[in-house]
Amino acid sequence: MRQEHYDVAVIGGGSAGMAAAISLAQRGKSVVLFEREEVLGGILLQCIHNGFGLHHFKEELTGPEYAERVSKTLEELPVTVFVGSTVMHMEEAHAGEGKIVYAYSREHGIVMAEVRAVVLAMGCRERNRGNIGTPGTRPAGVYTAGLAQRLVNVEGYIPGKEVVIVGSGDIGLIMARRMTWVGAKVKAVVEIQPYPAGLTRNIVQCLNDFSIPLYLSHIVSEIHGKNRVEAVTITPMVDGMPDTQRSFRVDCDTVLLSVGLVPDNEVSKKLGVQLNPETNGALVDSRLMTNVPGVFACGNVLHVHDLVDFVTEESTRCGEYVAEYLDGVRPAAQHRVVAGSNVKYVLPNWYDRSHDNRFYLRPMVVKNRAELQVRLDGHVIKTKVLKHVQPSEMIALALDEKDLGDGAAQGDLRLEIAIV
Amino acid sequence: MDNTKREMVCIACPVGCHLTVSTAEDGSVVVEGNRCQRGVEYGREELLAPKRVVTATLAVSRGKSPRVPVKTDAPLLKAFIPGLLDQVYNMEIAAPVALGMVVLENIGGTGVRLVTTRSVLEVRAI
Repeated sequence: MRQEHYDVAVIGGGSAGMAAAISLAQRGKSVVLFEREEVLGGILLQCIHNGFGLHHFKEELTGPEYAERVSKTLEELPVTVFVGSTVMHMEEAHAGEGKIVYAYSREHGIVMAEVRAVVLAMGCRERNRGNIGTPGTRPAGVYTAGLAQRLVNVEGYIPGKEVVIVGSGDIGLIMARRMTWVGAKVKAVVEIQPYPAGLTRNIVQCLNDFSIPLYLSHIVSEIHGKNRVEAVTITPMVDGMPDTQRSFRVDCDTVLLSVGLVPDNEVSKKLGVQLNPETNGALVDSRLMTNVPGVFACGNVLHVHDLVDFVTEESTRCGEYVAEYLDGVRPAAQHRVVAGSNVKYVLPNWYDRSHDNRFYLRPMVVKNRAELQVRLDGHVIKTKVLKHVQPSEMIALALDEKDLGDGAAQGDLRLEIAIV
Repeated sequence: MDNTKREMVCIACPVGCHLTVSTAEDGSVVVEGNRCQRGVEYGREELLAPKRVVTATLAVSRGKSPRVPVKTDAPLLKAFIPGLLDQVYNMEIAAPVALGMVVLENIGGTGVRLVTTRSVLEVRAI
Protein backbone atom coordinates (compact mmCIF):
# COMPACT_ATOMS: atom_id res chain seq x y z
CA MET A 1 0.00 0.00 0.00
CA ARG A 2 1.34 3.41 -0.99
CA GLN A 3 1.45 5.88 1.88
CA GLU A 4 1.70 9.57 1.14
CA HIS A 5 1.56 12.83 3.06
CA TYR A 6 0.13 16.10 1.80
CA ASP A 7 -1.42 19.27 3.16
CA VAL A 8 -4.69 18.67 1.31
CA ALA A 9 -6.54 15.93 -0.57
CA VAL A 10 -8.99 17.06 -3.25
CA ILE A 11 -11.62 14.44 -4.05
CA GLY A 12 -12.69 14.78 -7.69
CA GLY A 13 -11.01 16.21 -10.80
CA GLY A 14 -13.89 18.01 -12.48
CA SER A 15 -14.27 21.77 -12.67
CA ALA A 16 -14.58 22.13 -8.87
CA GLY A 17 -11.68 19.89 -7.88
CA MET A 18 -9.35 21.36 -10.49
CA ALA A 19 -10.10 24.95 -9.44
CA ALA A 20 -9.63 24.17 -5.74
CA ALA A 21 -6.35 22.31 -6.41
CA ILE A 22 -5.03 25.19 -8.56
CA SER A 23 -5.94 27.72 -5.90
CA LEU A 24 -4.21 25.68 -3.17
CA ALA A 25 -1.07 24.97 -5.19
CA GLN A 26 -0.77 28.66 -6.07
CA ARG A 27 -0.71 29.34 -2.33
CA GLY A 28 2.16 26.92 -1.84
CA LYS A 29 0.22 24.03 -0.32
CA SER A 30 1.03 20.43 -1.23
CA VAL A 31 -2.00 18.89 -2.89
CA VAL A 32 -3.06 15.41 -3.96
CA LEU A 33 -6.05 15.10 -6.29
CA PHE A 34 -7.97 11.89 -6.87
CA GLU A 35 -10.05 11.43 -10.03
CA ARG A 36 -12.15 8.36 -10.75
CA GLU A 37 -11.96 8.67 -14.56
CA GLU A 38 -8.80 8.29 -16.65
CA VAL A 39 -8.65 12.00 -17.49
CA LEU A 40 -9.35 15.25 -15.66
CA GLY A 41 -12.34 17.37 -16.67
CA GLY A 42 -15.38 15.59 -15.26
CA ILE A 43 -18.78 16.13 -16.84
CA LEU A 44 -17.51 19.07 -18.93
CA LEU A 45 -15.93 16.56 -21.31
CA GLN A 46 -19.31 15.21 -22.42
CA CYS A 47 -20.91 18.68 -22.67
CA ILE A 48 -19.63 19.33 -26.19
CA HIS A 49 -22.15 22.15 -26.83
CA ASN A 50 -21.13 25.78 -26.40
CA GLY A 51 -22.20 28.30 -23.77
CA PHE A 52 -19.53 27.82 -21.11
CA GLY A 53 -17.04 30.37 -19.81
CA LEU A 54 -18.81 33.67 -20.56
CA HIS A 55 -18.19 34.88 -16.99
CA HIS A 56 -14.85 33.26 -16.19
CA PHE A 57 -13.01 33.41 -19.53
CA LYS A 58 -15.12 36.23 -21.06
CA GLU A 59 -15.71 34.13 -24.18
CA GLU A 60 -18.05 31.36 -25.21
CA LEU A 61 -16.46 27.91 -25.04
CA THR A 62 -17.60 24.31 -25.27
CA GLY A 63 -17.31 22.06 -22.20
CA PRO A 64 -14.16 20.23 -23.37
CA GLU A 65 -12.43 23.54 -24.19
CA TYR A 66 -13.23 24.89 -20.73
CA ALA A 67 -11.93 21.68 -19.11
CA GLU A 68 -8.73 21.67 -21.13
CA ARG A 69 -7.92 25.30 -20.32
CA VAL A 70 -8.29 24.61 -16.62
CA SER A 71 -6.37 21.31 -16.71
CA LYS A 72 -3.48 23.01 -18.59
CA THR A 73 -3.15 25.47 -15.71
CA LEU A 74 -3.26 22.60 -13.23
CA GLU A 75 -0.57 20.63 -15.08
CA GLU A 76 1.86 23.53 -14.73
CA LEU A 77 1.55 23.44 -10.95
CA PRO A 78 3.06 20.93 -8.51
CA VAL A 79 -0.15 18.98 -7.83
CA THR A 80 0.04 15.18 -7.48
CA VAL A 81 -2.79 13.77 -9.60
CA PHE A 82 -4.05 10.19 -9.39
CA VAL A 83 -6.42 9.41 -12.27
CA GLY A 84 -8.37 6.16 -12.49
CA SER A 85 -8.46 6.31 -8.68
CA THR A 86 -11.65 6.14 -6.65
CA VAL A 87 -11.80 7.37 -3.07
CA MET A 88 -13.65 4.69 -1.12
CA HIS A 89 -13.08 5.67 2.47
CA MET A 90 -11.94 8.52 4.69
CA GLU A 91 -11.31 8.58 8.41
CA GLU A 92 -9.88 10.76 11.16
CA ALA A 93 -6.17 10.14 11.73
CA HIS A 94 -5.42 8.52 15.07
CA ALA A 95 -3.32 11.42 16.27
CA GLY A 96 -3.74 15.14 15.70
CA GLU A 97 -6.06 16.96 13.34
CA GLY A 98 -5.34 14.90 10.22
CA LYS A 99 -7.51 12.79 7.95
CA ILE A 100 -6.67 9.62 6.07
CA VAL A 101 -8.03 9.19 2.56
CA TYR A 102 -8.05 5.75 0.91
CA ALA A 103 -8.22 5.57 -2.89
CA TYR A 104 -8.36 2.41 -4.98
CA SER A 105 -6.73 2.39 -8.38
CA ARG A 106 -5.93 -0.25 -10.98
CA GLU A 107 -2.46 1.19 -11.51
CA HIS A 108 -1.39 1.85 -7.92
CA GLY A 109 -3.53 -0.49 -5.85
CA ILE A 110 -4.57 1.17 -2.60
CA VAL A 111 -3.23 4.67 -2.07
CA MET A 112 -3.40 5.98 1.48
CA ALA A 113 -2.95 9.73 1.83
CA GLU A 114 -2.56 11.36 5.22
CA VAL A 115 -3.60 15.00 4.96
CA ARG A 116 -4.47 17.98 7.13
CA ALA A 117 -7.52 19.02 5.14
CA VAL A 118 -9.95 17.54 2.58
CA VAL A 119 -11.83 19.29 -0.25
CA LEU A 120 -14.99 17.46 -1.29
CA ALA A 121 -15.47 18.05 -5.04
CA MET A 122 -17.22 14.89 -6.24
CA GLY A 123 -19.95 16.62 -8.23
CA CYS A 124 -23.45 15.22 -8.53
CA ARG A 125 -25.41 12.25 -9.82
CA GLU A 126 -28.54 12.12 -11.93
CA ARG A 127 -31.89 11.28 -10.45
CA ASN A 128 -33.29 8.21 -12.17
CA ARG A 129 -36.47 6.27 -12.74
CA GLY A 130 -36.64 5.10 -9.13
CA ASN A 131 -36.58 8.69 -7.91
CA ILE A 132 -39.68 9.66 -9.89
CA GLY A 133 -41.43 6.30 -9.58
CA THR A 134 -42.54 5.76 -13.17
CA PRO A 135 -44.72 2.63 -13.39
CA GLY A 136 -44.48 0.03 -16.13
CA THR A 137 -42.18 -2.76 -17.23
CA ARG A 138 -38.41 -2.67 -16.96
CA PRO A 139 -37.17 -2.96 -20.55
CA ALA A 140 -33.81 -1.88 -21.98
CA GLY A 141 -33.78 1.61 -23.47
CA VAL A 142 -34.38 3.73 -20.36
CA TYR A 143 -31.39 6.02 -19.73
CA THR A 144 -30.66 9.13 -17.76
CA ALA A 145 -30.00 12.02 -20.14
CA GLY A 146 -26.43 12.51 -18.92
CA LEU A 147 -25.58 8.86 -19.47
CA ALA A 148 -26.97 9.08 -23.01
CA GLN A 149 -24.91 12.25 -23.49
CA ARG A 150 -21.77 10.38 -22.51
CA LEU A 151 -22.62 7.45 -24.80
CA VAL A 152 -23.18 9.72 -27.81
CA ASN A 153 -20.51 12.39 -27.28
CA VAL A 154 -17.65 10.47 -25.68
CA GLU A 155 -18.10 6.79 -26.48
CA GLY A 156 -19.72 7.24 -29.88
CA TYR A 157 -22.83 5.08 -29.41
CA ILE A 158 -26.38 6.16 -30.26
CA PRO A 159 -28.75 4.70 -27.66
CA GLY A 160 -31.91 4.63 -29.81
CA LYS A 161 -33.86 5.84 -32.83
CA GLU A 162 -37.19 7.11 -31.48
CA VAL A 163 -36.93 9.02 -28.25
CA VAL A 164 -39.22 10.42 -25.55
CA ILE A 165 -37.57 12.70 -22.99
CA VAL A 166 -38.95 12.97 -19.45
CA GLY A 167 -38.25 16.33 -17.81
CA SER A 168 -37.36 19.63 -19.45
CA GLY A 169 -34.13 20.39 -17.62
CA ASP A 170 -31.28 21.76 -19.69
CA ILE A 171 -29.55 18.40 -20.09
CA GLY A 172 -32.76 16.90 -21.47
CA LEU A 173 -33.24 19.78 -23.89
CA ILE A 174 -29.65 19.63 -25.08
CA MET A 175 -30.00 15.88 -25.56
CA ALA A 176 -33.18 16.46 -27.62
CA ARG A 177 -31.08 18.48 -30.08
CA ARG A 178 -28.16 16.06 -29.95
CA MET A 179 -30.34 13.00 -30.64
CA THR A 180 -31.95 14.88 -33.55
CA TRP A 181 -28.54 15.89 -34.89
CA VAL A 182 -27.30 12.28 -34.81
CA GLY A 183 -30.34 11.14 -36.79
CA ALA A 184 -32.82 10.00 -34.13
CA LYS A 185 -36.42 11.23 -33.94
CA VAL A 186 -37.36 12.97 -30.68
CA LYS A 187 -41.12 12.53 -30.38
CA ALA A 188 -41.89 14.38 -27.16
CA VAL A 189 -40.48 16.18 -24.15
CA VAL A 190 -42.74 15.70 -21.12
CA GLU A 191 -42.65 18.12 -18.17
CA ILE A 192 -44.75 17.72 -15.01
CA GLN A 193 -44.57 21.45 -14.14
CA PRO A 194 -46.64 24.05 -16.02
CA TYR A 195 -43.42 25.80 -17.14
CA PRO A 196 -40.17 24.48 -18.62
CA ALA A 197 -37.34 23.65 -16.19
CA GLY A 198 -34.60 24.66 -18.63
CA LEU A 199 -33.49 27.99 -20.07
CA THR A 200 -35.61 29.71 -22.74
CA ARG A 201 -32.56 29.74 -25.00
CA ASN A 202 -32.55 25.94 -24.93
CA ILE A 203 -36.31 25.66 -25.53
CA VAL A 204 -35.86 27.77 -28.68
CA GLN A 205 -32.65 26.24 -30.01
CA CYS A 206 -33.15 22.62 -28.97
CA LEU A 207 -36.93 22.07 -29.32
CA ASN A 208 -38.53 24.80 -31.46
CA ASP A 209 -35.79 24.58 -34.12
CA PHE A 210 -36.80 20.96 -34.73
CA SER A 211 -40.55 21.25 -33.98
CA ILE A 212 -40.23 18.85 -31.04
CA PRO A 213 -43.46 18.97 -28.99
CA LEU A 214 -43.12 20.03 -25.34
CA TYR A 215 -45.95 18.72 -23.13
CA LEU A 216 -46.16 20.95 -20.05
CA SER A 217 -48.22 19.73 -17.05
CA HIS A 218 -47.93 16.15 -18.36
CA ILE A 219 -46.26 13.01 -17.03
CA VAL A 220 -45.07 9.74 -18.49
CA SER A 221 -47.46 7.49 -16.57
CA GLU A 222 -46.26 4.16 -17.94
CA ILE A 223 -43.36 2.65 -19.85
CA HIS A 224 -44.28 -0.27 -22.14
CA GLY A 225 -42.18 -3.06 -23.66
CA LYS A 226 -40.79 -6.46 -22.69
CA ASN A 227 -37.15 -6.57 -23.80
CA ARG A 228 -36.88 -3.11 -25.29
CA VAL A 229 -38.98 0.03 -24.74
CA GLU A 230 -41.92 -0.03 -27.18
CA ALA A 231 -43.98 2.97 -26.11
CA VAL A 232 -44.88 5.30 -23.27
CA THR A 233 -48.22 6.53 -22.00
CA ILE A 234 -48.40 10.29 -21.52
CA THR A 235 -51.05 11.72 -19.19
CA PRO A 236 -52.03 15.36 -18.60
CA MET A 237 -52.06 16.68 -15.04
CA VAL A 238 -55.13 18.59 -13.86
CA ASP A 239 -55.00 20.25 -10.44
CA GLY A 240 -52.08 18.05 -9.47
CA MET A 241 -53.84 14.80 -10.44
CA PRO A 242 -53.30 12.72 -13.59
CA ASP A 243 -56.33 12.88 -15.91
CA THR A 244 -56.15 9.30 -17.17
CA GLN A 245 -59.19 9.75 -19.45
CA ARG A 246 -57.01 11.93 -21.69
CA SER A 247 -53.92 9.69 -21.69
CA PHE A 248 -52.31 8.93 -25.03
CA ARG A 249 -49.63 6.53 -26.21
CA VAL A 250 -46.43 7.44 -28.06
CA ASP A 251 -44.37 4.70 -29.72
CA CYS A 252 -40.63 4.93 -29.03
CA ASP A 253 -37.62 2.71 -28.35
CA THR A 254 -35.81 4.99 -25.91
CA VAL A 255 -36.74 7.03 -22.85
CA LEU A 256 -34.30 9.64 -21.55
CA LEU A 257 -34.75 10.97 -18.03
CA SER A 258 -33.74 14.55 -17.26
CA VAL A 259 -35.28 14.84 -13.82
CA GLY A 260 -32.69 16.58 -11.71
CA LEU A 261 -29.32 16.13 -10.08
CA VAL A 262 -28.30 15.15 -6.56
CA PRO A 263 -24.92 15.97 -4.96
CA ASP A 264 -22.89 12.76 -4.65
CA ASN A 265 -22.05 12.70 -0.95
CA GLU A 266 -21.68 8.96 -0.27
CA VAL A 267 -18.04 9.26 0.72
CA SER A 268 -18.61 12.50 2.69
CA LYS A 269 -20.80 10.54 5.12
CA LYS A 270 -17.81 8.39 6.11
CA LEU A 271 -16.40 11.40 7.94
CA GLY A 272 -19.72 12.36 9.49
CA VAL A 273 -20.35 15.38 7.26
CA GLN A 274 -23.79 16.81 7.99
CA LEU A 275 -26.04 17.38 4.96
CA ASN A 276 -28.66 20.03 4.23
CA PRO A 277 -31.96 18.45 3.13
CA GLU A 278 -32.70 21.45 0.86
CA THR A 279 -29.59 20.96 -1.26
CA ASN A 280 -28.46 17.39 -0.44
CA GLY A 281 -25.04 18.98 -0.06
CA ALA A 282 -23.09 19.71 3.11
CA LEU A 283 -24.02 22.45 5.55
CA VAL A 284 -21.11 24.88 5.34
CA ASP A 285 -19.90 27.92 7.23
CA SER A 286 -18.88 31.25 5.67
CA ARG A 287 -15.58 29.66 4.62
CA LEU A 288 -17.21 26.60 2.98
CA MET A 289 -16.10 24.32 5.82
CA THR A 290 -18.44 21.51 6.85
CA ASN A 291 -19.26 20.55 10.43
CA VAL A 292 -16.11 18.38 10.38
CA PRO A 293 -13.10 20.66 10.99
CA GLY A 294 -10.71 20.58 8.02
CA VAL A 295 -13.29 19.20 5.59
CA PHE A 296 -14.51 21.67 2.95
CA ALA A 297 -16.94 21.34 0.02
CA CYS A 298 -17.35 23.16 -3.30
CA GLY A 299 -19.00 22.80 -6.69
CA ASN A 300 -21.91 20.49 -7.44
CA VAL A 301 -21.28 18.24 -4.43
CA LEU A 302 -22.20 21.27 -2.31
CA HIS A 303 -25.19 22.41 -4.37
CA VAL A 304 -26.16 21.95 -8.01
CA HIS A 305 -24.96 24.95 -10.04
CA ASP A 306 -26.30 25.94 -13.45
CA LEU A 307 -23.10 27.59 -14.70
CA VAL A 308 -19.63 26.07 -14.52
CA ASP A 309 -18.26 29.61 -14.21
CA PHE A 310 -19.86 29.82 -10.75
CA VAL A 311 -18.35 26.43 -9.84
CA THR A 312 -14.90 27.76 -10.75
CA GLU A 313 -15.47 30.93 -8.72
CA GLU A 314 -16.73 29.09 -5.65
CA SER A 315 -14.04 26.40 -5.79
CA THR A 316 -11.17 28.88 -6.29
CA ARG A 317 -12.43 30.69 -3.21
CA CYS A 318 -12.73 27.37 -1.36
CA GLY A 319 -9.04 26.74 -2.11
CA GLU A 320 -8.20 30.13 -0.56
CA TYR A 321 -10.19 29.30 2.58
CA VAL A 322 -8.48 25.92 2.93
CA ALA A 323 -5.04 27.51 2.53
CA GLU A 324 -5.89 30.04 5.24
CA TYR A 325 -7.23 27.27 7.48
CA LEU A 326 -3.90 25.46 7.12
CA ASP A 327 -2.15 28.70 8.10
CA GLY A 328 -4.19 28.77 11.29
CA VAL A 329 -6.85 31.30 10.30
CA ARG A 330 -10.14 30.62 12.07
CA PRO A 331 -13.30 32.65 11.47
CA ALA A 332 -14.64 35.06 14.08
CA ALA A 333 -18.24 34.48 15.19
CA GLN A 334 -20.44 32.75 12.63
CA HIS A 335 -24.14 33.55 12.31
CA ARG A 336 -26.88 31.68 10.50
CA VAL A 337 -28.15 32.54 7.03
CA VAL A 338 -31.68 31.48 6.16
CA ALA A 339 -33.79 31.44 3.01
CA GLY A 340 -36.75 33.84 3.12
CA SER A 341 -39.83 33.99 0.91
CA ASN A 342 -39.50 32.60 -2.63
CA VAL A 343 -35.97 31.36 -1.99
CA LYS A 344 -35.33 27.60 -1.97
CA TYR A 345 -31.91 27.86 -0.35
CA VAL A 346 -29.01 30.21 0.35
CA LEU A 347 -25.39 29.13 0.58
CA PRO A 348 -23.25 29.26 2.64
CA ASN A 349 -25.39 28.47 5.68
CA TRP A 350 -23.42 30.79 8.01
CA TYR A 351 -21.86 34.22 7.50
CA ASP A 352 -19.06 36.15 9.13
CA ARG A 353 -19.77 39.79 10.01
CA SER A 354 -16.11 40.77 9.96
CA HIS A 355 -15.52 39.77 6.33
CA ASP A 356 -16.94 40.09 2.84
CA ASN A 357 -19.46 37.35 2.20
CA ARG A 358 -20.54 35.91 -1.11
CA PHE A 359 -23.84 34.05 -1.36
CA TYR A 360 -25.51 31.89 -3.96
CA LEU A 361 -29.27 31.50 -3.83
CA ARG A 362 -31.85 29.54 -5.75
CA PRO A 363 -35.19 31.29 -6.41
CA MET A 364 -38.48 29.38 -6.36
CA VAL A 365 -40.45 31.74 -8.61
CA VAL A 366 -40.47 33.01 -12.19
CA LYS A 367 -40.72 36.81 -12.05
CA ASN A 368 -39.67 39.93 -13.96
CA ARG A 369 -38.44 42.91 -11.89
CA ALA A 370 -38.13 41.03 -8.62
CA GLU A 371 -36.61 42.57 -5.52
CA LEU A 372 -33.97 40.82 -3.50
CA GLN A 373 -34.17 41.74 0.19
CA VAL A 374 -31.53 41.11 2.83
CA ARG A 375 -32.84 41.32 6.39
CA LEU A 376 -30.81 41.37 9.57
CA ASP A 377 -32.58 41.23 12.91
CA GLY A 378 -35.85 41.94 11.12
CA HIS A 379 -34.57 45.12 9.38
CA VAL A 380 -33.98 45.33 5.64
CA ILE A 381 -30.28 46.18 5.26
CA LYS A 382 -29.95 45.85 1.52
CA THR A 383 -32.16 45.53 -1.55
CA LYS A 384 -31.36 44.79 -5.15
CA VAL A 385 -33.71 44.88 -8.15
CA LEU A 386 -33.33 41.92 -10.48
CA LYS A 387 -34.53 42.18 -14.07
CA HIS A 388 -35.64 38.57 -14.17
CA VAL A 389 -35.57 35.58 -11.79
CA GLN A 390 -36.41 31.93 -12.42
CA PRO A 391 -35.62 28.67 -10.59
CA SER A 392 -33.18 27.50 -13.28
CA GLU A 393 -30.96 30.56 -12.73
CA MET A 394 -28.96 30.83 -9.55
CA ILE A 395 -28.44 34.33 -8.11
CA ALA A 396 -25.06 35.54 -6.83
CA LEU A 397 -24.95 38.16 -4.07
CA ALA A 398 -22.01 39.83 -2.35
CA LEU A 399 -22.31 41.55 1.03
CA ASP A 400 -19.39 43.44 2.51
CA GLU A 401 -18.58 44.51 6.04
CA LYS A 402 -20.33 47.85 5.49
CA ASP A 403 -23.59 46.13 4.51
CA LEU A 404 -23.45 43.91 7.56
CA GLY A 405 -21.90 46.22 10.15
CA ASP A 406 -24.41 49.09 10.03
CA GLY A 407 -27.56 49.20 12.07
CA ALA A 408 -28.50 48.22 15.54
CA ALA A 409 -28.07 44.50 15.04
CA GLN A 410 -26.91 43.18 18.35
CA GLY A 411 -29.52 40.60 19.21
CA ASP A 412 -30.55 38.01 16.70
CA LEU A 413 -27.88 38.19 14.00
CA ARG A 414 -29.64 35.75 11.72
CA LEU A 415 -29.47 36.94 8.12
CA GLU A 416 -32.50 36.32 5.94
CA ILE A 417 -32.44 36.62 2.17
CA ALA A 418 -35.80 36.83 0.40
CA ILE A 419 -37.29 37.62 -3.00
CA VAL A 420 -40.39 39.84 -2.98
CA MET B 1 -46.72 40.70 -46.51
CA ASP B 2 -48.25 38.60 -43.74
CA ASN B 3 -46.32 35.54 -44.79
CA THR B 4 -43.14 37.09 -43.34
CA LYS B 5 -44.74 37.98 -40.01
CA ARG B 6 -43.43 35.71 -37.28
CA GLU B 7 -43.80 35.27 -33.53
CA MET B 8 -40.61 34.36 -31.68
CA VAL B 9 -39.01 34.42 -28.24
CA CYS B 10 -35.85 36.49 -28.01
CA ILE B 11 -32.91 34.52 -26.61
CA ALA B 12 -30.37 37.35 -26.42
CA CYS B 13 -30.78 37.29 -22.61
CA PRO B 14 -32.82 35.30 -20.04
CA VAL B 15 -35.80 37.72 -19.92
CA GLY B 16 -37.25 36.12 -23.07
CA CYS B 17 -39.28 38.90 -24.73
CA HIS B 18 -42.03 37.71 -27.06
CA LEU B 19 -41.24 39.34 -30.38
CA THR B 20 -43.40 39.92 -33.44
CA VAL B 21 -41.16 40.32 -36.44
CA SER B 22 -42.51 41.43 -39.82
CA THR B 23 -41.44 43.05 -43.08
CA ALA B 24 -42.68 46.59 -43.86
CA GLU B 25 -43.79 47.88 -47.31
CA ASP B 26 -40.30 49.19 -48.05
CA GLY B 27 -38.74 45.82 -47.23
CA SER B 28 -37.28 46.82 -43.87
CA VAL B 29 -37.73 44.51 -40.88
CA VAL B 30 -39.99 45.67 -38.04
CA VAL B 31 -39.52 44.16 -34.57
CA GLU B 32 -42.16 44.65 -31.85
CA GLY B 33 -42.35 43.43 -28.26
CA ASN B 34 -38.64 43.86 -27.53
CA ARG B 35 -37.46 45.57 -24.36
CA CYS B 36 -33.98 46.43 -25.63
CA GLN B 37 -31.97 46.97 -28.81
CA ARG B 38 -30.56 43.43 -28.75
CA GLY B 39 -34.08 42.17 -29.41
CA VAL B 40 -34.22 44.12 -32.68
CA GLU B 41 -30.97 42.60 -33.89
CA TYR B 42 -32.00 39.11 -32.82
CA GLY B 43 -35.43 39.39 -34.51
CA ARG B 44 -33.97 40.73 -37.74
CA GLU B 45 -31.38 37.97 -38.02
CA GLU B 46 -33.83 35.21 -37.04
CA LEU B 47 -36.18 36.35 -39.80
CA LEU B 48 -33.68 36.97 -42.57
CA ALA B 49 -30.80 34.58 -41.98
CA PRO B 50 -31.04 32.39 -38.86
CA LYS B 51 -27.70 30.97 -37.77
CA ARG B 52 -26.54 28.49 -35.12
CA VAL B 53 -23.22 27.31 -33.74
CA VAL B 54 -22.98 23.59 -34.53
CA THR B 55 -21.17 21.14 -32.27
CA ALA B 56 -20.63 17.45 -33.01
CA THR B 57 -17.99 14.71 -32.73
CA LEU B 58 -15.78 12.88 -35.21
CA ALA B 59 -14.36 9.39 -34.96
CA VAL B 60 -10.65 9.25 -34.09
CA SER B 61 -8.49 6.33 -35.13
CA ARG B 62 -5.75 5.21 -32.70
CA GLY B 63 -6.92 7.81 -30.19
CA LYS B 64 -7.01 7.51 -26.40
CA SER B 65 -10.61 8.64 -26.80
CA PRO B 66 -12.73 7.13 -29.60
CA ARG B 67 -14.17 10.53 -30.59
CA VAL B 68 -13.10 14.15 -30.69
CA PRO B 69 -15.60 17.00 -30.23
CA VAL B 70 -15.75 19.80 -32.83
CA LYS B 71 -17.56 23.12 -33.28
CA THR B 72 -18.10 25.72 -35.97
CA ASP B 73 -15.95 28.75 -35.12
CA ALA B 74 -18.92 31.06 -35.87
CA PRO B 75 -22.69 30.64 -36.18
CA LEU B 76 -23.56 28.86 -39.43
CA LEU B 77 -26.60 29.55 -41.64
CA LYS B 78 -29.23 26.98 -40.70
CA ALA B 79 -29.59 25.74 -44.28
CA PHE B 80 -26.05 24.33 -44.17
CA ILE B 81 -26.46 22.47 -40.85
CA PRO B 82 -27.95 19.12 -42.01
CA GLY B 83 -25.29 18.69 -44.71
CA LEU B 84 -22.50 19.52 -42.27
CA LEU B 85 -23.77 17.07 -39.62
CA ASP B 86 -24.07 14.32 -42.20
CA GLN B 87 -20.48 14.88 -43.27
CA VAL B 88 -19.06 15.22 -39.75
CA TYR B 89 -20.73 12.17 -38.22
CA ASN B 90 -19.26 10.06 -41.06
CA MET B 91 -15.70 11.40 -40.85
CA GLU B 92 -12.66 9.93 -39.16
CA ILE B 93 -9.33 11.56 -38.37
CA ALA B 94 -6.16 10.06 -36.97
CA ALA B 95 -4.73 10.77 -33.52
CA PRO B 96 -2.94 12.73 -32.21
CA VAL B 97 -5.41 15.61 -32.45
CA ALA B 98 -4.59 19.08 -31.12
CA LEU B 99 -7.15 21.44 -29.58
CA GLY B 100 -8.27 24.05 -32.12
CA MET B 101 -7.19 22.07 -35.18
CA VAL B 102 -9.11 23.06 -38.34
CA VAL B 103 -11.03 20.07 -39.68
CA LEU B 104 -13.06 21.80 -42.44
CA GLU B 105 -12.51 25.20 -44.09
CA ASN B 106 -15.09 27.57 -45.56
CA ILE B 107 -18.23 25.47 -44.97
CA GLY B 108 -20.68 25.98 -47.87
CA GLY B 109 -18.72 29.07 -48.94
CA THR B 110 -19.67 30.93 -45.75
CA GLY B 111 -16.12 31.30 -44.43
CA VAL B 112 -17.09 29.35 -41.28
CA ARG B 113 -14.60 26.67 -40.18
CA LEU B 114 -14.99 23.47 -38.19
CA VAL B 115 -12.41 23.16 -35.39
CA THR B 116 -11.64 20.55 -32.71
CA THR B 117 -12.50 21.43 -29.11
CA ARG B 118 -10.34 18.89 -27.30
CA SER B 119 -6.95 17.32 -27.78
CA VAL B 120 -6.76 13.53 -28.16
CA LEU B 121 -3.51 11.69 -27.57
CA GLU B 122 -2.43 8.73 -29.67
CA VAL B 123 -2.50 5.22 -28.25
CA ARG B 124 0.95 3.74 -28.80
CA ALA B 125 1.06 0.11 -29.80
CA ILE B 126 3.15 -1.93 -27.36
